[in-house]
Amino acid sequence: MTLLKLEQVSRDFDVSRPWLNRVLEGEQRRFLRAVDRVSLEIRKGETLALVGESGCGKSTVARLIVGLYAPTEGRVQFAGRRMQMIFQDPYASLNPRWRVRDIVAEPIKVLHTSARVDELLVQVGLSPDDGDKYPHEFSGGQRQRISIARALAGEPDFLVCDEPTSALDVSVQAQILNLMTELQARLGLTYLFISHNLAVVSQVADRVGVMYFGRLVELAPAAALFARPRHPYTRMLLDAVPDLSMTGKARTPVAGEVPNPLAPPSGCAFHPRCPHANERCRREVPGVIDDVACHAVAEGRI
Amino acid sequence: MLEVSALSVQFPTRKGTLTAVDGVSFSIGKGEVLGVVGESGAGKSITGLAIIGLLEPPGRIAAGEVRLDGRRIDNLPYEELRRLRGRRIGMVFQDPLTSLNPLYTIGRQLEETILTHLRMDARAARERALSLLREVGIPAPESRYHHYPHQFSGGMRQRVVIALALAAEPELIIADEPTTALDVSIQAQIIALLKHLAKDHGTAVMLITHDMGVIAETAQRVAVMYAGRIVEIGAVKDVIHAPRHPYTVGLMGSIPKIGARKRLTQIDGAMPRLNAIPPGCAFNPRCPRRFARCLEERPPLLPAGGSQAACWLHDAP
Repeated sequence: MTLLKLEQVSRDFDVSRPWLNRVLEGEQRRFLRAVDRVSLEIRKGETLALVGESGCGKSTVARLIVGLYAPTEGRVQFAGRRMQMIFQDPYASLNPRWRVRDIVAEPIKVLHTSARVDELLVQVGLSPDDGDKYPHEFSGGQRQRISIARALAGEPDFLVCDEPTSALDVSVQAQILNLMTELQARLGLTYLFISHNLAVVSQVADRVGVMYFGRLVELAPAAALFARPRHPYTRMLLDAVPDLSMTGKARTPVAGEVPNPLAPPSGCAFHPRCPHANERCRREVPGVIDDVACHAVAEGRI
Repeated sequence: MLEVSALSVQFPTRKGTLTAVDGVSFSIGKGEVLGVVGESGAGKSITGLAIIGLLEPPGRIAAGEVRLDGRRIDNLPYEELRRLRGRRIGMVFQDPLTSLNPLYTIGRQLEETILTHLRMDARAARERALSLLREVGIPAPESRYHHYPHQFSGGMRQRVVIALALAAEPELIIADEPTTALDVSIQAQIIALLKHLAKDHGTAVMLITHDMGVIAETAQRVAVMYAGRIVEIGAVKDVIHAPRHPYTVGLMGSIPKIGARKRLTQIDGAMPRLNAIPPGCAFNPRCPRRFARCLEERPPLLPAGGSQAACWLHDAP
């Protein structure tokens, strides 16, 4: 069953210079397209991960889904009960003046019972006594547990997690990833998991969407994506991940950087960095065919 | 090249003295990359700062020695140490913007550094600055020369910082989380650059990072730090494939790997704060293999397989 559906969703941001400059210098309004015609579906009970480098639009997609931004074009449809969001920085997302008990109870203020808060704290691996403390008394990992307890308070069936472990040390990250997996199994949650870390994504995701420059360039089941990446950008990303097994495999160093969003390249946005680019790629934006947006893949060239 | 022996760094506070680095010893040879890995608060950055004499007061070196090419550098007067930094030791920090002056063009900053440390005229300095920018992979250095730091992307800025660190051909580069703020594709480019420097210039590199993957790609040896001490040190392949200290074992198990997808090993709890380091082995409250001795006696580094581990499990009877 489809829980969430994005249909050709785009989002523009106004990056025009101030009005006076525009009048005096005869400039037009300028818009930056942060998300460009993204379509995807998330099924009930699965984890869909979005990966990509900074500025690729993955966090904007998360914000479009929870309604923090309105789409410029396209539609977001949600068939679930409630959604909640977990943020990256567990230091910035908890009010330092509130006791943990009040933070966790905030979404259920009207009907909250202290027993329910205790239950939530236990559920995320804290103790009911921790409810009387303040956020500064906890480490980063424990704070992220508090954020998760708060997110679960309203009994959501869908959680949007924006880089939930990026600010944590690796051993603490393991604790949080394990906790999220357990909660999903126990409560039947559906996750949208945003991350730049491919290894973390491989750990939690059922399906993975790869974003580049505002577009979804590849969408595939996790196992298939990591075993047989199709889009040249996905291949490049996987190639760039440091190799812990030290097989000493030869790596093609990745050339170039993400282009300037105010001066997008013509055709396929990846073409300046792509080893397979040809005339058509420079001219024509590739459509999504069979979950990959790439001329070379569609033409069977790679 | 660099020899650190029994280095301790302390921070006196109102509530007593905190020991952030506790009896750390290691050496780095010419052309070698030594990785220093650990979680936040393990003391890895403080160790780097102590070596180059940039500890923020009231932090101070309480014991131990730092030798560069056989000569002691930890007790030099401020002026002498200042000349040493940049000339013989280069530094690269996590955030390139902290190392660059936003008001000067990068060309001017490079020229100034070169002229401060090397005997050269302005023309030769400019030539050298350009060739450094070319070497670190800045495209079209002639046209980028007069640009300001804000006109560069994060990856390009980090390249400029590396060019600055290299300006006077230092024998040692201390790189503190040089790739942490960068995207993975740019990170790969900077790793390749650091490796090439060590290999082709014979520069010794101390690479401080929390990312074991970066170490696996770059370093020959690795020191694992926990609560201010080195708990394991050895060749990267030994430490990664056959870790000997229970902390390193837990750390390796907690790193997600592409395609593996089994439950991650957890080390429960968190690293102790500096004011609450338990007696005996600092890792004992979290250690799945602790026994009576771990609660009382602090283990020194002991030979364990090809490496050394500070763990009583390796105390041969």
